[in-house]
Amino acid sequence: MKRILPSPTPLSEPYWQGCRDGVLRLQHCNGCGRYQFYPRNLCSHCSGRELAWRDASGRGRVATFTVVRRGVSPAYEAPYIVALIDLAEGPRMMSWLVDTEPEDVVIGAPVTVDFEAWSDDVSMPVFRLEQEESES
Amino acid sequence: MHSLRGQVAIVGAADTEVGVVPGKSPTELCVEAALGALADAGIRKEQVDGLITCNAFAEPIMYHAEAIAEYLQIFPRLCMSVNTGGGTTFSVLQHAAAAIVTGVADTILVSMADSLRSFMSREQAMRVQSSTGHPQFEQPYGPTVPAYYALIGQAHMAEFGTTAEQFAEVAVSCRAHAALNPTAQMREPITVEDVLASRMIADPLHLLDCSLVSDGGAAVIVTSAERAGDFPHPPVYLLGMGEGHSHEHISQAADLTTSAARVSGERAYAMAGLGPGDIDFAQLYDCFTPTVLVELEDLGFCAKGEGGPFLQSGATRPGGSLPVNTHGGMLSHCHPGNPGAMFALTETVWQLRHAAGERQVADAHTALVHAQGGIMSSHATLILGREAG
Repeated sequence: MKRILPSPTPLSEPYWQGCRDGVLRLQHCNGCGRYQFYPRNLCSHCSGRELAWRDASGRGRVATFTVVRRGVSPAYEAPYIVALIDLAEGPRMMSWLVDTEPEDVVIGAPVTVDFEAWSDDVSMPVFRLEQEESES
Repeated sequence: MHSLRGQVAIVGAADTEVGVVPGKSPTELCVEAALGALADAGIRKEQVDGLITCNAFAEPIMYHAEAIAEYLQIFPRLCMSVNTGGGTTFSVLQHAAAAIVTGVADTILVSMADSLRSFMSREQAMRVQSSTGHPQFEQPYGPTVPAYYALIGQAHMAEFGTTAEQFAEVAVSCRAHAALNPTAQMREPITVEDVLASRMIADPLHLLDCSLVSDGGAAVIVTSAERAGDFPHPPVYLLGMGEGHSHEHISQAADLTTSAARVSGERAYAMAGLGPGDIDFAQLYDCFTPTVLVELEDLGFCAKGEGGPFLQSGATRPGGSLPVNTHGGMLSHCHPGNPGAMFALTETVWQLRHAAGERQVADAHTALVHAQGGIMSSHATLILGREAG
């Protein structure tokens, strides 16, 4: 059994291309200047239609998380940490926290994006806890 | 706004056998529930001119209500299947009431059933329910349904200091009610320690923080208040209704710890002209224990952040100041998927008829029932009473 892979659409392809390139990209509204996630054909803040892709900082904080002790399928080896990440640019997204023990995760902890190649076509953004020296 | 307050009533209600019911398809359970509700109301199927159903995960039918009407050989004027997840069960009551008041239909049968336990493997049931996640931006991370709700539980713990023991109180309270209900799937009393000792599924949720996986169906008959006196049992009037819809995917929720139950509740209270203090008992959607804790707060039964202490006071248990899920809820009575909250509605009918036997809430006159679907996404609140107003 395989992991669930996203099927990019023409609208979302720049996001997934960014992931393949190792860059987290977000839609930015030319009208109100805010960012949004997930990609849409209108701005979720002001309903503007002029949206452009921008490279995001890849930094954020843990909004909430859980440790999945029983995977959704055999392709998902438990335990794994599913989290909601509040990105520095404003939007919130779901992701994984990787390379960390569950007991080291707290809500509010700063995190940085990384990318895992799941197939030839798909790289998934995941997050790591920022090292202490970079928190200053 | 034209108020629906007291204009329609439930005049028939029935459950099928619930729990593990092998050998009966979801369609058969849906029809069985319908026939039970018709018998309870003392009417023939020809007297039904509206049919509302929800689809079944275990036996999806493209045009579900139409297929059920055909199976029953009824030819309604209003025929629809609705899908707002667990909130479906009560959001349809608002549609039914509006249809009756406007003359679109006179007597509406609401029947719902599914067989997650016997007609699907555990893995299939898990996957189909997890597919509520966004296909591109959530599902690839493999969140299970418990994991989605765990995200809410964890946020509540961080914001208000809520504890796993307090979540566990919900499961203990529901089981105490189920112990009094001969039809409940799980009746053996449990303790907070039992919940905490059960296997961790998605932190902070243990196995006993999660609702059951069941088969079963339930149905009600709704008609106008004018006609409601012509049936064998005392009518149960709909005094208030409200919905609230805040998001579909949990990563898009504006607030993780306050839900649209707040607005759906406010709308229902406003229509009924009642407040939380007027409610004798409540049936609150309990797919996972944090759901109930958040609903208690958002529906005004305690202050925001006080759900934990409120539960620990014993208020929701049998004989408490606000008995919650008097049938045992989806944590202990049964949870066949989207129809899960229908059993809270039929239970409320029997409680308000004063026909709930050993578990009867003393002097029960007014009840609040609440369901939600998605991941705390689509909320529907009903307030029901023994009198029309």
